[in-house]
Amino acid sequence: MNYKMIGRFIGRILYVEVIFMLPALLISMCEQAWASATGFVVSMVITLFAAIFLSFLCKGYKKKFYAKEGLVCVGISWIVMSLLGCLPFYFSGAIPNYIDALFEIVSGFTTTGATILADVESLSKGILYWRSFSHWLGGMGVLVFLLAISSANEGNSGFTMHLLRAESPGPNVGKLVPQMKKTAGLLYCMYVLLTILNIIFLLIGRMPLFDAVCTAFGTAGTGGFGVRNDSLISYSPYLQNVCTVFMLLFGVNFSCYYLLMIKQFKSVFKDEELRLYLGVVVGSIALITWNLKGFYDTLGETLRHASLQVASIVTTTGFASADFDLWPSFSKAILLFLMVIGACAGSTGGGFKCGRALLMLKSLRRSVQQIVHPQKVQVVRINGHVVDEKIVQNTNAYLAAYVTIVLLSFMAVSLDNLSPMTNFSAVLSCFNNIGPGLEAVGPVCNFSMYSPFSKLVLIMDMLAGRLEIFPILIFFSRTTWKHR
Amino acid sequence: MKIIIAGAGKMGVTLTRQLSAEGYDLTLIDDSLKILEESQVRYDVMVVQGNCASMETLEQAGVKEANLLIAVAGADEINLLCCMTAHGINPNIHTIARIRNPEYAEQMYKMRDMFALSMSVNPENQAAVEIERLLKYPGFLKRDTFAKGRVEIAELRVDAGSKLCNIALNDMNNIVKCKILVCAVLRNKTAVAPDGNFVLREGDRIFVTAPTNNLAILLHNLGIVTHKVKRVLICGGGRVSFYLAKQLQKSGIAVQIIEKNPARCVQLASNLPSACIIEGDASSEFLLEGEGISECDALVTATDLDELNMIISLYGASCGVPQVITKLSRMGNSNILDALSLGSMISPKELCCNTIVRFVRAMKEQTGGALTMHSIADGQAEAMEFLVDDAVLHCGEPLRQLKLKKNVLVACITKGSKTEIPNGDSFFEKGDTVIIVTNGDKVLYQLNDIFEA
Repeated sequence: MNYKMIGRFIGRILYVEVIFMLPALLISMCEQAWASATGFVVSMVITLFAAIFLSFLCKGYKKKFYAKEGLVCVGISWIVMSLLGCLPFYFSGAIPNYIDALFEIVSGFTTTGATILADVESLSKGILYWRSFSHWLGGMGVLVFLLAISSANEGNSGFTMHLLRAESPGPNVGKLVPQMKKTAGLLYCMYVLLTILNIIFLLIGRMPLFDAVCTAFGTAGTGGFGVRNDSLISYSPYLQNVCTVFMLLFGVNFSCYYLLMIKQFKSVFKDEELRLYLGVVVGSIALITWNLKGFYDTLGETLRHASLQVASIVTTTGFASADFDLWPSFSKAILLFLMVIGACAGSTGGGFKCGRALLMLKSLRRSVQQIVHPQKVQVVRINGHVVDEKIVQNTNAYLAAYVTIVLLSFMAVSLDNLSPMTNFSAVLSCFNNIGPGLEAVGPVCNFSMYSPFSKLVLIMDMLAGRLEIFPILIFFSRTTWKHR
Repeated sequence: MKIIIAGAGKMGVTLTRQLSAEGYDLTLIDDSLKILEESQVRYDVMVVQGNCASMETLEQAGVKEANLLIAVAGADEINLLCCMTAHGINPNIHTIARIRNPEYAEQMYKMRDMFALSMSVNPENQAAVEIERLLKYPGFLKRDTFAKGRVEIAELRVDAGSKLCNIALNDMNNIVKCKILVCAVLRNKTAVAPDGNFVLREGDRIFVTAPTNNLAILLHNLGIVTHKVKRVLICGGGRVSFYLAKQLQKSGIAVQIIEKNPARCVQLASNLPSACIIEGDASSEFLLEGEGISECDALVTATDLDELNMIISLYGASCGVPQVITKLSRMGNSNILDALSLGSMISPKELCCNTIVRFVRAMKEQTGGALTMHSIADGQAEAMEFLVDDAVLHCGEPLRQLKLKKNVLVACITKGSKTEIPNGDSFFEKGDTVIIVTNGDKVLYQLNDIFEA
C-alpha cells in the first residue's frame, strides 16, 4: 500500500475543500452572520493545517499506484473530507452535535439530501450555501475535479483511471477522450454548463438568486437539500416543472451529452440504458397519475406532482412538491421501486443504476435460457456490444453486496424501535442517496429522531451508496491492509 | 501468359493443376521445398522456394515479366503484402489475393482499390452465398448465375412420379408454362446435349436455363413444394458457417450453429446476435436430436472434416430433413458421392478456383473472353457467358442459319435488361451477352469459337 501517495492526494483534496469554503465565508460576512463566519474561519484553519500536515508528512512519495490504492484513496478521502467538511456546522453552532453535523455533511457530499434539521430557514445563508454546495461538489466527485485541475504530468499517468473508476458511478466506466485530464475537464464543463442553464431557468421564474443557486446545486448533484422547510412545495408550478426537467437531465449518463456534443445523435437515441430510464420514468408517472385519480383537483396538477416526485426519486434527488407519504399505497410502492432502480450510470444520481438493472435483467434472461438449453452459448450485449463476463460477474456481486448491506443496515437501524416501514425506507433512502423516505422520515419530516448509532450506520450507508459499495467495502477486507 | 502462384496449399495446387492443363507458364512459390518438389514432378511448372512477400523471392520468380500474380498463401496479410510488393516491382502486373478473414470481408471493395488488386477472392464467403441461394430455392440441387444475376442455370433431378417423367422436351413448355431451356441432361453419368425429341426419364439430372424470376414459376408448375426455409441447423462453426449465418440472419431465418470449440462458440455468439450457438459435438446423434434435427427445414454440414460432414448429412437425410447441404473440401470422387443422399454439395475451394480460372481466361483474351464460366453436369459441360463485340461474326443472323460446332448450344441471350430464351429465329447483336453451353472437350476462348470453321 502506497500510504504516502494516498496522503498526498488527501492533502490536496483538503486544499480544494478550503478553497471551496471561501464563497460560503464571504456570503456569511456579507450577511454579517458572524457566528457562521467564525465557524468557517475556524474550520478553514483546521482543514488547512491538516492539509499542510499531510503534504509535509507525505513528502517523497513513490509512484507505485494500483487499483487497490485507487479504491482506498477514494474511500478515505471521502471520509476525511466529510469529517472536516462538517466543522462549519459544528463551530458555527448551527448543529451543535458533531454526529448530527457529520450526518448533514455526508448527506450533502453523497448527494443524499437527508437532513436532521427541522427548521432550515433559520440557518444563515452561508451555512445554507455550504450545505447545497456540498451536493454540487459531491455530485460529480471531488477527485474527478482534482483530476481536471491536476498538472498535465500527473493527470496523464495511468493510475488516474483507478480514481475515476472508483468515484464515478456505473458498472463500466470509460474515458470520453484519450486523456484523463481532458475527460475530467469535459465532465465538469458539461456539469457547470447544465447547472448555469438551470439557474437561468429558475431566475426566469422569479426565484431569488440565492434560492436559485442553491436549488440548482441541489438539482445538479441530484442531492435534494432545499433552502425552505417545505422543500419545493411553496414554489410556483413553473419552478417545480423546471426542477422536474433538470432533475431528469442530471439523471442521464453524461457520456450521452458528450455524444450529443460530437453530433452522434443516433447512438444517443439507440442507447438502451437511456431508453430504459425514460421508459421507467414515463411508466411510473402514468401509473402514479392513474393511481392518484381524485387526489388533486385537476389532472394537470396530479401530473405535475406525479412527475416531480418520480423525477426526484428516480434520479435520487429527494426534492418534494407534495407530501407523498399521504399518497395511496400503490404510488408509494412505485416510489420505493424507483428508489432502488436509480438513475443512469455515469450521471450524478445514485441508486442501483438503470445500466446495472439492464445488465442484470439480460444476464437473468440468459440464465433462464441456459437452464432450458444447457449447451447454448450466449453473450450478454448492451447497445449491440458484448459485455465482458467480468463485468456481468461484478454486477452480480454488486447486487449481492447491495442486498446484504440493505438488510444488515435495516436490522441495525431497527434498534431504535421505529416502525419497520420508516426504517426500511430510511435505509433505502440513505443507501440510494435519495433523502426523504416514508412515514416518520417522509418528505416533511427529518432524521433527527434516530440515535447516534443509527445515524452512524446511515452515514456509512450513504458513503457506500455514493461510492458504489466497493471503495467502502474494501476497508473491511483483510487483504487490503496486508502487505503485498 | 506468365502466371505466378504464391502459396502451394490445397488451393494453390488445384489452381496449378487447372492452369497448367490450359498451357500457361506457371511459377509456384512456397516455403516448403517438399510440396514444391511434389508439384514439380506432377505438373509442368517452375518452382521457387522462399517467402512470397519478399522482393528477392518474387524477382527470382520473374515478377518483372509476369502478367498475373495469384496470392493464395495461408495468411491474408501475407497475400496482401505479396500483391503490393509485386505491384511495386512491376506496375503492369495483375494481382489476385485470397482474403478470407471475416473482419476484412466488409472492406473488400475498398481494399481492392487501395492495394490495386485486380480481384480478391474469399472462398468461404462464396460458398456461403452459394448455400444461401440454394436455401432460398430449395427445389434445386445447384444454381449458377449469369448476366449479373438475371439468368441462372439450375440443376433439377427428375424423380419418380415427377411431371417431367417420360416427357419429350418439345412438350415440356406445356407443363412448365414459362420460358426455359434444357441445356444439358446428365444420364447415367454422361452429359447429353438434348434436342427437342429427347425424352426425359427417371433419374435424369437436367440443367435448365431461365431468367431468375422464372425459376419460381417453374418449381410451382412442376409441383415441387418449395416450403420456405425458416430454421436452419448448421454443423461446425467455421468461416463458411459464420458468413452463412450472417446472411441468413438478414433474411430473418433462425440459425442454430453447433460447434465444439468453446472459445470459438463465444466468438460466434459475440458476432452473431440472433443466432443460437450450441457448444457440443455435432457428430453426436443425441445432441442433434436434442437440437431438433428432425424438425429443421434445412441442414448444412460445414465442419472441417469432409467425412464427418457426409455422415451427418446422411443422418439428416434419414431423419427426413427436407434440404441437406454438404460442404466438402475435396470433390474428387464425385461418382461415389452421388450415390449417397448428401443433398447439394458445395466446395469452397472449387468455387474459388473456378472464379480464378475464369479471370485468367478472360485475361488471356482481352477481347471476346468469357465473362463468367461455370462447370455443370459434374464438370462434363461448361456454361460460359460472352459479350458480343465488334469482332464477333454473324451478328444479327437468325440462329437457324448459323453453323455451330457440335455439342454447342446457345442457351440464353440477354439484350439490355431483357433476357431471351432463344429459338431458331433469335439472333444476337453487338452489346448483347450470350450464354453458351458446351461439353467440356474443348475450351472456348472467345465467342467466335462456337462457329464451325
